[in-house]
Amino acid sequence: MTNARPLDLDALESTAERVLRAATSTAELAEAETAALGKRSELAGAHRTLGALDESERRRVGRELHELRERMESLAAALRLELQAKERSAALEADRLDLSEVVVADLRSPIVRGRTHPVTQSRDALEDVFVAMGFKVAEGPEAETDWYNFEALNMPPSHPARGMYDSFFLELGEPETIVLRTHTSPVQIRLMEAAVAAGTLPIHAVAPGRCFRRDTADASHLPVFHQVEGLVVDRKITFGDLAGTIEAFTTAYFGPEVHSRLRPSYFPFTEPSAEYDITCTICLGAGCRTCSNTGWLELGGCGMVDPAVFMACGIDPAEWSGFAFGFGIDRCAQMRHQIPDMRALVENDLRFLAQF
Amino acid sequence: MRVPLSWLRDFAPIDGDVDGLVASLDDLGLMVEGVERVGDGLGDIVVARVLEVAAIEGADRIRRVVVDAGGDPLEIVCGAFNFGQGDLVPLAPVGTVLPGGMEIGRRTMRGVTSNGMLCSGRELALSDDGAGLLVLSGVDGAGPGVPIVDALGIEPDVVFDITVEGNRPDAWCMAGIARDLAARLGVPFSLPEPGVTPAGPPVETLASAAVEAPEMCPRLTVRVLEAIDVGPSPPAIARRLTMAGMRPINNVVDASNYVMLELGQPTHPYDLDRLGAPGLLVRRARPGETLTTLDGVERTLGNPGRGLGETGEDCVICDAGGTVIGIGGIFGGASSEISSETTRVLLEAAYFEPMVIARTSKTLRLRTEASARFERGCDPFGIDRATERFCELLALSSPGTRVAQGTLDVRGALRDPIVLTLRTEAVNDLLGTALETEEIAGLLGPIGFRCTPEAPGVLAVDVPSNRPDVRPAPHGVADLAEEVARTYGYSRIARHQPTWAEPGGLTEAQRMRRRVREALVGLGATEVWTPSLVDAGEDARVGVTAAPIAIANPMAQDQGWLRRTQMAGLLRALGRNRDRRQGSVRLFEVGVVFGEPTPGRSTAERSGAGGAQGAYLPTERELASLLLAAEGDDARVAVAALDAIGAELRLAGLRVRPPEEGAALGGLHPTRSARILSGAVPVGVLGEIDPEVAEDFGIEGRLGWLELDLGILADRAVVPRRDERTRPISRFPSSDIDLALVVADPVPADEVADVLGAAGGELLESVTLFDVYRGPGLEPGRRSLAFRLRFCAPDRTLTDREVGALRAACVEAAQRQMGAVLR
Repeated sequence: MTNARPLDLDALESTAERVLRAATSTAELAEAETAALGKRSELAGAHRTLGALDESERRRVGRELHELRERMESLAAALRLELQAKERSAALEADRLDLSEVVVADLRSPIVRGRTHPVTQSRDALEDVFVAMGFKVAEGPEAETDWYNFEALNMPPSHPARGMYDSFFLELGEPETIVLRTHTSPVQIRLMEAAVAAGTLPIHAVAPGRCFRRDTADASHLPVFHQVEGLVVDRKITFGDLAGTIEAFTTAYFGPEVHSRLRPSYFPFTEPSAEYDITCTICLGAGCRTCSNTGWLELGGCGMVDPAVFMACGIDPAEWSGFAFGFGIDRCAQMRHQIPDMRALVENDLRFLAQF
Repeated sequence: MRVPLSWLRDFAPIDGDVDGLVASLDDLGLMVEGVERVGDGLGDIVVARVLEVAAIEGADRIRRVVVDAGGDPLEIVCGAFNFGQGDLVPLAPVGTVLPGGMEIGRRTMRGVTSNGMLCSGRELALSDDGAGLLVLSGVDGAGPGVPIVDALGIEPDVVFDITVEGNRPDAWCMAGIARDLAARLGVPFSLPEPGVTPAGPPVETLASAAVEAPEMCPRLTVRVLEAIDVGPSPPAIARRLTMAGMRPINNVVDASNYVMLELGQPTHPYDLDRLGAPGLLVRRARPGETLTTLDGVERTLGNPGRGLGETGEDCVICDAGGTVIGIGGIFGGASSEISSETTRVLLEAAYFEPMVIARTSKTLRLRTEASARFERGCDPFGIDRATERFCELLALSSPGTRVAQGTLDVRGALRDPIVLTLRTEAVNDLLGTALETEEIAGLLGPIGFRCTPEAPGVLAVDVPSNRPDVRPAPHGVADLAEEVARTYGYSRIARHQPTWAEPGGLTEAQRMRRRVREALVGLGATEVWTPSLVDAGEDARVGVTAAPIAIANPMAQDQGWLRRTQMAGLLRALGRNRDRRQGSVRLFEVGVVFGEPTPGRSTAERSGAGGAQGAYLPTERELASLLLAAEGDDARVAVAALDAIGAELRLAGLRVRPPEEGAALGGLHPTRSARILSGAVPVGVLGEIDPEVAEDFGIEGRLGWLELDLGILADRAVVPRRDERTRPISRFPSSDIDLALVVADPVPADEVADVLGAAGGELLESVTLFDVYRGPGLEPGRRSLAFRLRFCAPDRTLTDREVGALRAACVEAAQRQMGAVLR
């Protein structure tokens, strides 16, 4: 039994605490931690004296020392958070800049020019073509109700044709009542309802915008994509007018060597309905791999507005007739610039974007 | 749908080259996705008799086979084991090129020379079975040396892969395709009448039929066939099914499938002796009722689904005792499946209400060949031909079959026959054509629409019962016009570009959006397209804390929510480019971000079934966001960018103001950020990205940020524009006055400038802030703002006295209104 000087744990603790609390920065705190808790600290020294105690005493004091160390370590952690916050706000404060008094003339002006996105460029170019043909440009929301996206377009709930549009539904309201629009066709309904309410028929409009379908992204599909919708409601509008309009914008957008053809198809909101193809932009109709040797590429769908759609919007199909069409803007960009993989459009790599 | 040309020729003498037929089908709206030639390359394959089978030493996967193929015995090495001595099998002699393009050569394996190859059905493209050889024993006419095409009666065939549109259930079968094509080619079309002589007892003595839910199943028919010998189908039938993409199972199931492919009417054969009570009962499913379907899956019926329109009203087929044995029009149950022991078949053929089938199919996520046809609409009066044809086909392979006399036929309300009055003028008005009435009749007649002249230029058109897509008037006229256009040829309709008096154009907001983009591009920024659908925590990383709107059925967890900001997307785009050593960049995006629904964007005013019981659309804001990450970019550059856009749009009176006390701007540097205000209305924010946020995205250095709400910006009532009128340029020299004004920090520089501008009056040409000073010589909390004032008069050179007076007026106004002190 050795006569060791009894440990004054209270004194030990208050010294350590004083050392830690004295730190005014995270750097000082790090030093203080070394001083108060490190290998050469009094605390560490106290640990080393334990060996001289008898077993029960050693256990008791050892436990107390251990608890003391834990208290000091959590104090240090708390102090570090405080000091970090203080240092961050001091740094931010030192950084302060009143943005209402920036002397703009002092700044260099850029000597490089950026680029708009290829999809924007295609959208603008298509809008310009249609504006020159007498179309106004309309828009609609990206999240739609079931009514606009489906029901008013002659697709009541459970209609099998809804299967053509694999939809994203939102967690709002009753299940499956609010949908990210699967096509730009709901803008047709909005245009017709608005024109009926305001008494402003006829309608000659195109509606470009973003659409959403649960399609896995691949070289020619993106789950988020852009379409442009066209709608003409007027007197004496014919299927021949539709075919002529499609030919006119095809040639205007893709060039005089590219033409269009219509094939019978089915959409619940048009009757007669058609899909339209354009001359393959790669081989100009000679036949190649891209067009599976047909000389044609599929571009979009179209048709005469179905009487059921007119009636849903309160328009008398005996007095008015009209046509509608829709196609992908991204796909136009892809064809025009021969982009091998559509996913490049959302990669946002400047080496790609700088080429447009 | 896979359509063998030979099958079409059962109904019409269709000739012509394949390319021409493809073009005709495409032009009819029967889009050909692919063409496959089958039976080609079988010319050299012969039947061989197996003389000897022996093991090869050291090989357990191949054997030595000696065959007689009509000449000297041939030694062949073969890896199949499903045959034995005496069997007849197909042999591809040396030099043959198989349908897949593989050329057979003479090869030696383990010391045994193989003089050809014995083939499986798959290798010959005759069936899907690749597990063993195609054993031909028992085939009439098969013998050593006989060409296999002769032994099996194979004609080279062409299979068209045709997509039939959803509104053409009539064309979703061989007969339907043949009808359209024959009309286009101008050749006669006919459906052979099946002939069966019923020899069994009256059907009523064998089974019963009842319908408790006629609104779901308006027609149910039951026939019974006895003394059936269940076995394989005749090769010709099996081969056609295979070419059409269906696997042959047994003669009963095959006959049912064959009839469906040929005529478009699904039927369902039950083993009559395995029904709890002989007969069928059709009723609504009770909630929670279960059935194990043929695929072994237990399905729960009669419960509403989660989705729109999934009411849980399911139609079930029961045996006469009421036990469920099938989901009506969709899938049969396992308990009454046809087996090799079956001798008596109950054949169900029904017409189901399309919406009932569509609803249950959607609720159960269960789509079958039958449900796909019923939900489009089958021909309620095509049932009788279909069941006759079934009996006829089954008799081919089970000659002893006794067909019970009569059909149990339960009918509810079926669609009345439609007769449409078709005015030639209406067709021409809709199509832009100049067709004669007789031409229209000539186009519609061959595809099954009987046309009777009613008056000059008017036809009475009988709509056949297999055309549910043609609706009653007034819609039906458009439907008939489509048939006229389709059979006439879309390409023959003259094109005409319509014109109208109203001018086209962009709205002011659309023009503004383009100018914003132009301005940003002029600032050296490149437009990107970042995701609208993001991970749940994505926006929180840039300080947007409100919960995002969730997608109920996302494709992936990290695309399960609607974005509320473009900041995270732009930071990611920047990070991606920095990773690829393109660091000094400016990026922008124009697009929609989503927020909580607000009442007013109502969905309820036009409800329909899908209208939305008290739900509102999310708010959508179109933002233009600019991330400035070029060398030297910071918050000040963001201010300059705002200036440039403001100048481009002629915006007047925008204010840049620090964030409100305690309300940091999401993701932005707390002391280097500001709100952009027009009056009291927030138009956007700008500043620097919070260094902690940038660090979180792994990006170093200062990043400038500018975000504008284009919807608000477009509203001139909220954000006024500068006067568009020009002021004449003075020919007289101007005078500059520099004023250094000491003002308290809270007083914004732009307000001081406005006061100076007002005080300077007409003669003040411009006010420009050119220096800001804080530090020694000034009290803390105050700074010196140095403005250059340029004065000029349109008609004279200003005198020093005049300029001095203007200067004094400006200083005095700044002192009085802003507490400014001249330094």
